Amino acid sequence: MTRSTIKTTTQDHHIAKLTALAISLHVLEAVFPSPLPGVKPGIANIVTLYVLTQYGFATAAWVSMLRVFASSLLLGHFLSPTFVLSLSGSILSLTALFLAQFLPKKYFSVITLSVLAAFAHIAGQLLVVRLWLIPQTGVAYLIPIFALAALFFGVINGLVTYKLIRINQ
Amino acid sequence: MNAIKSQIKPLLGDWLVLIASLIIVIFLFQSLWVREPASKLKIRLADKVIGTYDLNQTRELHIHGPKGEAIISIQQGKVRFKQSPCANQYCVHQGWLSRAGQVAICLPNQISLQLMGAKSPYDSLNY
Repeated sequence: MTRSTIKTTTQDHHIAKLTALAISLHVLEAVFPSPLPGVKPGIANIVTLYVLTQYGFATAAWVSMLRVFASSLLLGHFLSPTFVLSLSGSILSLTALFLAQFLPKKYFSVITLSVLAAFAHIAGQLLVVRLWLIPQTGVAYLIPIFALAALFFGVINGLVTYKLIRINQ
Repeated sequence: MNAIKSQIKPLLGDWLVLIASLIIVIFLFQSLWVREPASKLKIRLADKVIGTYDLNQTRELHIHGPKGEAIISIQQGKVRFKQSPCANQYCVHQGWLSRAGQVAICLPNQISLQLMGAKSPYDSLNY
């Protein structure tokens, strides 16, 4: 047996630990039924937000993307529509966070980041739904519900992350 | 552990984002959920349009379909199947229609009503 030649850094270990936490939250959330497919609290995003504020964007992007792939493998969604929805939502969410991190910290806390990420997440999902899964205008009827859910859960996740940051300061 | 008890203080920008988001959500509900009142009625017999009528009037139309005569009643902005020779009477039970995009279709008698506003929400409707 040959020894593994991949050299892991402490940062890799760090990302792995944080991703494990995000995966467990993602899988935990999948257990609970949802009144409407797509309306979910998205508590795994708390980890993404926390990592973003504490370790920077690159680490947050790693944790978020690894979480999407690993969770889909665990739940058996890999390469299914559910996975594509999750992926598109996360990519847009990360894009929003990348832009939002340049907002002045003096006026915008993690609550803003959370709300913007939640809106971007649902926008990414609806884009896939409209272009690929349900290519007709009837989808527009559901947009207000999704937007309201995104705002609600975005605020809650933001508040939780806010508290987490305060506790660890 | 004092941090747990400490108050959450959203910053000025947070409030602005929250208010803006709330306005966007309300706007989405209004623009995507509330349909404008209809102004015109299009009646089809099978695949042929037999007439477009103004809804702002009180009038009864007698349309002859394959099963017999149906009475369609227009009453100041709303319309309904008042009488139909069909067996199931689904069209009659649908009641008054008043919003743009609403339709009532009587399959046995091949008569359909389509309400239209200033702009049509559907591109086409095929019987």
